Amino acid sequence: MEIINRVIANYIQEHKQEILKEWIQTTKETADDRVLRVVSDEVFTSTSSEFIDLIITNIKGLKEDYNNKLTDFAEKVVRLGWPLTFVTRGLHTFGQIVFHRMEESGTVNRDNQMDMVHQFDEWITPMNNEIVSIYSATWEKTVSLQKIALQELSAPLIPVFEKISVMPLVGTIDTERAKQIMENLLNGAVKHNAEVVLIDITGVPVVDTMVAHHIIQAAEAVRLIGAKCMLVGIRPEIAQTIVNLGINLNQFTTKSTLQKGIEAALELTSRKIIKVEGAM
Amino acid sequence: MSIQSCVTIINEWDIVAARQLGRNVAKELGFGTVDQARITTAISELARNIYLYAGKGQICIDKLNDAGKAGLRIHAADNGPGINDIRQVMEDGFSTSGGLGAGLPGVKRLMDDFHIESETGSGTQIKATKWLR
Ligand SMILES: Nc1ncnc2c1ncn2[C@@H]1O[C@H](COP(=O)(O)OP(=O)(O)OP(=O)(O)O)[C@@H](O)[C@H]1O
Ligand SMILES: [Mg+2]
Repeated sequence: MEIINRVIANYIQEHKQEILKEWIQTTKETADDRVLRVVSDEVFTSTSSEFIDLIITNIKGLKEDYNNKLTDFAEKVVRLGWPLTFVTRGLHTFGQIVFHRMEESGTVNRDNQMDMVHQFDEWITPMNNEIVSIYSATWEKTVSLQKIALQELSAPLIPVFEKISVMPLVGTIDTERAKQIMENLLNGAVKHNAEVVLIDITGVPVVDTMVAHHIIQAAEAVRLIGAKCMLVGIRPEIAQTIVNLGINLNQFTTKSTLQKGIEAALELTSRKIIKVEGAM
Repeated sequence: MSIQSCVTIINEWDIVAARQLGRNVAKELGFGTVDQARITTAISELARNIYLYAGKGQICIDKLNDAGKAGLRIHAADNGPGINDIRQVMEDGFSTSGGLGAGLPGVKRLMDDFHIESETGSGTQIKATKWLR
């Protein structure tokens, strides 16, 4: 057993270049556009070479080195946007190429064929499983990082003038995001010393009772900390549906655009924007 | 004649999918922006009620063609706990969840026809139609 495994390892190491060449060619012929379109020839070749190196490290039995390489490789592949099937099929192709070549050169012959097939299987299957598991773990990590990034973007409060802050909302508001709006609104208003906070809903596709309710609650909380809340960016069709729903926004100052809202906020804080005479 | 497509409501993001479906059909039928907003808002209310009170259900969108009159019908169906007193839930401000209680009466005002059937213990069926004019 042990000896045959070393036979495979030696064969691969000795013929690395030819195997790599054949692997790249076969893979390019069969890979779908999705894979090839996203990377340059150079990146494709270097990543492929890395993949083959990874397989060789595995064969050599350098466990720790292999695990590090595998993680690096999985991360790179996820970043490149290569599908998992591309990697698993690549491994399969690699096995086929090696086996075929070893058959042709007589390294695999009638006497040891059964053993060799078994050895190949013992070697490829666990590697396949490891690749799948690391790949999916890397994906999960990427997705959860993106989720955090998205959360940070979801309800920013931006101080635009002294005492005036704006929260531009873009996209769908779900329960999670509604919570963030409330939190960021209160923390931000205190931090920036805001006297007027404008919530801009230009980018919110649907304002239903749930969204309205959360905005009303947020405005009330803002009032409790001594600031004033203004609702801006109310598109005409949204104004109509709010009226149809029977939602009362009387406690709000509302404006159709952010610009009008800012003007009103400046007025509330006893300021206004003027044109400077004589400049340019 | 009617053509139907449905979205199963189980989690919050299914509400967005149902809305999207409704908006697409409304656009296809030639509804203007205001009616599109009314239709998607109505879908949002009914889908969220399913999510909140029944846990699971379905929103179906039918294209209607009744003697040359075109319309869009929202059909919300669930096998949840049902509604005890329909008159009460149709009142503005009635809510068992601390909400505004504006959903169901709102849908009735947003749409042209509104029909609700519910039986305690076996579920709720709501049909709401908007006609194209
Ligand atoms: N599909 C349903 N199954 C069971 N009960 C329902 C269902 N839909 C509505 N209800 C009941 O009817 C009440 C009123 O619903 P409605 O949508 O008008 O207001 P709400 O959901 O409480 O608040 P919101 O204004 O946010 O919609 C709910 O509080 C709930 O008790
Ligand atoms: Mg409701």
